[in-house]
Amino acid sequence: MEIRTKDRHTIGILVQNVPGVLARVVGLFSGRGYNIETVTAAETHEPGLTRITLVTTGDERVLSQIVKQLNKLVNVIKVYDFSETEFVDREMALIKVRAEQQTRAEVLRIVDIFRAKVVDVSPHFYTLEVTGNESKISAILELLGQIGIVEVARTGKAALARSKKH
Amino acid sequence: MKLKGAQIFFECLKREGVEVIFGFPGGSVLDIYHEMPNHDIRHILVRHEQGAAHMADGYARSTGRVGVCLVTSGPGATNTVTGVATAYMDSVPMVVFTGQVPTALIGDDAFQEVDIIGITRPCTKHSYLVRDVNDMPRVIKEAFYLARTGRPGPVVVDLPKDVIQAQTDFRYPRRVDLPGYKPTLEAHSGQIKRAYQLIKKARTPVIFTGGGVVLSESSEELVRLAETLKAPVTSTLMGLGSFPAVVPDSSGNMDLHPLWLGMLGMHGTYRANMAISHSDLLLAVGVRFDDRVTGKISGFAPKAKIIHIDIDPTSISKNIEVDVPIVGDCKNALRKLIEAAEAEPIEGLDALRAPWIEQIRQWKETYPLAYKQNSEIIKPQYVIDKIYEVCRGDAIITTEVGQNQMWTAQYFHFSRPRTLLTSGGLGTMGYGLPAAIGAQVAHPDRLVVDIAGDGSIQMNIQEVITAVCNCLPVKVAILNNHYLGMVRQWQELFYDKNYCGTCLDASPDFVKLADAYGAVGLRASKPEEVEPVIREAFSIKRPVLMDFVVSPEEGVYPIVPAGKSISEMLLV
Repeated sequence: MEIRTKDRHTIGILVQNVPGVLARVVGLFSGRGYNIETVTAAETHEPGLTRITLVTTGDERVLSQIVKQLNKLVNVIKVYDFSETEFVDREMALIKVRAEQQTRAEVLRIVDIFRAKVVDVSPHFYTLEVTGNESKISAILELLGQIGIVEVARTGKAALARSKKH
Repeated sequence: MKLKGAQIFFECLKREGVEVIFGFPGGSVLDIYHEMPNHDIRHILVRHEQGAAHMADGYARSTGRVGVCLVTSGPGATNTVTGVATAYMDSVPMVVFTGQVPTALIGDDAFQEVDIIGITRPCTKHSYLVRDVNDMPRVIKEAFYLARTGRPGPVVVDLPKDVIQAQTDFRYPRRVDLPGYKPTLEAHSGQIKRAYQLIKKARTPVIFTGGGVVLSESSEELVRLAETLKAPVTSTLMGLGSFPAVVPDSSGNMDLHPLWLGMLGMHGTYRANMAISHSDLLLAVGVRFDDRVTGKISGFAPKAKIIHIDIDPTSISKNIEVDVPIVGDCKNALRKLIEAAEAEPIEGLDALRAPWIEQIRQWKETYPLAYKQNSEIIKPQYVIDKIYEVCRGDAIITTEVGQNQMWTAQYFHFSRPRTLLTSGGLGTMGYGLPAAIGAQVAHPDRLVVDIAGDGSIQMNIQEVITAVCNCLPVKVAILNNHYLGMVRQWQELFYDKNYCGTCLDASPDFVKLADAYGAVGLRASKPEEVEPVIREAFSIKRPVLMDFVVSPEEGVYPIVPAGKSISEMLLV
């Protein structure tokens, strides 16, 4: 489960998949001075519907405005503030790490511990795929950082509520 | 039968009941202009696209119908942006059709290409770029539906040239399908009950109304509720006219309504601001607690429980925490409150309310709105008093922005909704003249007066010719003080009298300018000339510019300095 800090919120937004919809959502955040920490967006199993998952910060008043302002957008079908319920969230990271003769074994041990995968191998680098919640990703990054990270691409968080459909 | 996009455009507008378009042609919309003579729709050719947007806005505010404008791509579109933002801030139903370069060229920095959807995204209720002619009927249907329903607002529809040239079978959809758009109209009965329980207990209630009452056409309900509860009423600038400021007294003379407090806020009346400050219950209807109304938040209605009715949930608890939020159409909520009040009347209401009404009467007598007219120089307030007197309050008044606007709000006693058209939220100088033209198009037989300043009027003065050549007899009263008066007043009060950039010592001769445009120009330089000039102007069936040479350093009072509580008014 996500460790919640008081003012950090994960918001799920179900939108019509029409041109410009992401711009409307992120434009609302920049225009009104709200913060976006991460944002992910992709189509759902229902044709024409996209789910955006967004992590933002703000006190209760700001959060309530964010949810209401998002709901006001014509292309937004549903907004869910996950801090009100139990939810699961994951993100994925691709990590290119230095893997020379003397460090390869250590990299592979870490891969094993974190149930990550090596998805590309080149003479000097391994590229790893790791999924998990935010703290797991942060932990593996910290460990690999001591060996030598070359590049990282993180997806940001995707989240779903645990119980009924949202 | 196959129709071209340009024909479909007119077929859709016909079905939406559009009778007039305010527009200006250009390369990207030439196909629509080419088609226009084949359709029974009026086109008002403006001289600047900002004028078109404000005219559509004035038309919409004065009628409640959707205003429509049509402009070309690029600069045509960008010129409407101030008008679109003005309409957005004041929730005015409007559809703006902009031309766009052909779809194949979009993104290539083509001639007169601009991303108008991107530019207007933060100041429209919604917007559409139509990429396929088959989408046109649906998009136009949705645009009009969105513009006029819920909390109204402007919608931009961007039409690429190849789309309006393409052909398809025309079918107008019967209904809209917008799964993400379901405005709440019905007020929650439980909340109404909670609200009425608070109202019943209140000793010093104030009803505080705004533009939402005008938009939802609920003046009648407002008056009925106020009289049932014997609760005094104050209003924001946007709500003026929804409660009758004056009513006939027992002998038939018009007098201020005993429950009317006047406007509140930065330039509100003493009694309105004091009433808010001493109120134990505020019933806020269709307002959004703008900073010009509240002053310092912690000093606004500090003793009051607040009930807030609004159709837009984002307005609720945005600036001020409220005790009982009621999301819904104002008309619906007011009706339900009336029902509650009639089902469960407040016992001993007259006695309960008497001390409050008496207190308000005392405030009113202690510091009424006032100015001293001498025999030498015209006071701007006097001009507005005289306009009110000569037309007996029966006119559609538009204003520019600044002192002219605030004096109008203070001294013209608006008693019917949709008779004051003014840019409240955005504060757009240059709004009044084109808005007056738009209102005159909708109401050809009514007196329409733009109360202007010599600064503001010059921001869209080019539209005088639009009024002249369309035989729209708008009247413009310029309160000419040779200053940007409101800004000068702030410099006087808060910036060490450093009058930098606010003196308009070089201005055109407005009488000659009127003449050059083919309108009528009249001037009053002395107090005794004011009334004859107004009477003459109102008797002329052509556009008239009245140049009133007024006292240059007159200020708007009361004024609440920015950041102060509304009870901390500077009175003179």
